[in-house]
Amino acid sequence: MIVRAPEKRELEVAGNRPLEEVLAELGINPETVVVVRGEELLTRDTRVREEDTIEVISAISGGHGALP
Amino acid sequence: MRCRKCTQNAQVELRRHGLALCAAHYLEWFEAQTARAIRRHKMIREGDRVLVAISGGKDSLALWEVLTRLGYEATGLHIQLGIGEYSERAYEVTTRFARERGLPLIVVDLAESYGLGVPELSLATGRVACSGCGLSKRYLMNEVAREEGFNVVATGHNLDDEAAVLLGNVLRWQTDALPRQGPVLPEREGLARRIKPFYLFTEREVASYALLRRIAYQHEECPNATGAKSLLYKEALNRLEERMPGTKQAFLEQFLKKIQPILAEGLGAQEVALKECERCGAPTTGETCAFCRLWDQAYRRAKKRKLLPESRAFEPRPRARRVAPEEG
Ligand code: SF4
Ligand SMILES: [Zn+2]
Ligand SMILES: [Zn+2]
Repeated sequence: MIVRAPEKRELEVAGNRPLEEVLAELGINPETVVVVRGEELLTRDTRVREEDTIEVISAISGGHGALP
Repeated sequence: MRCRKCTQNAQVELRRHGLALCAAHYLEWFEAQTARAIRRHKMIREGDRVLVAISGGKDSLALWEVLTRLGYEATGLHIQLGIGEYSERAYEVTTRFARERGLPLIVVDLAESYGLGVPELSLATGRVACSGCGLSKRYLMNEVAREEGFNVVATGHNLDDEAAVLLGNVLRWQTDALPRQGPVLPEREGLARRIKPFYLFTEREVASYALLRRIAYQHEECPNATGAKSLLYKEALNRLEERMPGTKQAFLEQFLKKIQPILAEGLGAQEVALKECERCGAPTTGETCAFCRLWDQAYRRAKKRKLLPESRAFEPRPRARRVAPEEG
């Protein structure tokens, strides 16, 4: 399966397992991202398939000192 | 995983609430929680006029969306910072959002009002970009509110932002900053009420809302944000959160409930009276406000470096431009 990660990285990893295993392999903390497959948001227990392409969107913004 | 309220597939899991929801029920939950926070802290009252600070990122646009859906008339304020393409795209995203929904928007362009954008301001003052930028944004939000008759300024700060600020303040025991943190800063003379209706949503929850609502927000970060301490604090808190769901919320809420009242009482007598800045009339504790002092200094140095013509005098009043819904 294909993972589109933040900063335009594209990776090929093994599918047929729960999303959280994929994230763990990539060293991504599930609390800091939203994972999308097409129009659908995926919970961490979702089984991702070999033919899937998923996108990992970073949820963390910041560095503004005190303001958004 | 199934939605707790129907049989659909869950799209967002909220571990600290023991909850998982489908798209439709998540959107409903998110908006209802916002309404609850507003009610619980009396953030917006009958007759209030609300200005919402819009950067173009997920938090501010989601906040504008929710406030509007809840029936509040919120005018957007976008400050054009002049940070290269990042600011240009932020402006595009913001004006498109306003135009598509027919929402009123006010724009203040820093370079247009004062002759310098954030990078030039930083160059002229020798301070890091975020210092002059943050100070200018805070000042302009309040000044535009004052001039245009808004008594409430809403910002999209989320739980991660607030918990990170708290952690930073606690690590250094910033006793001057701690009593002032919270979802509502009350109105004072010349100061609009500051509200943060999203203060109990994690960043992941706000991002999930923005994505499910198909809000076209700016994903790209300001180039000056890299390496910021607040990001390190967020990372540390999220490692704790992953192992112990609910940590961020407990850290912030229990502080607000248990510690802040004691702190505020202990330091309460020291609350300083506000005067009017002799340059611009904005509320300040000294003779001249921090904004006027910063820009006076910037003007002196910018002229030496030929970033500004010798003849240009610093004029504190911002040029606020209304972007009518049909323009943009
Ligand atoms: S990261 Fe710093 S310079 Fe960039 S918008 Fe935020 S406060 Fe301003
Ligand atoms: Zn449902
Ligand atoms: Zn002033």
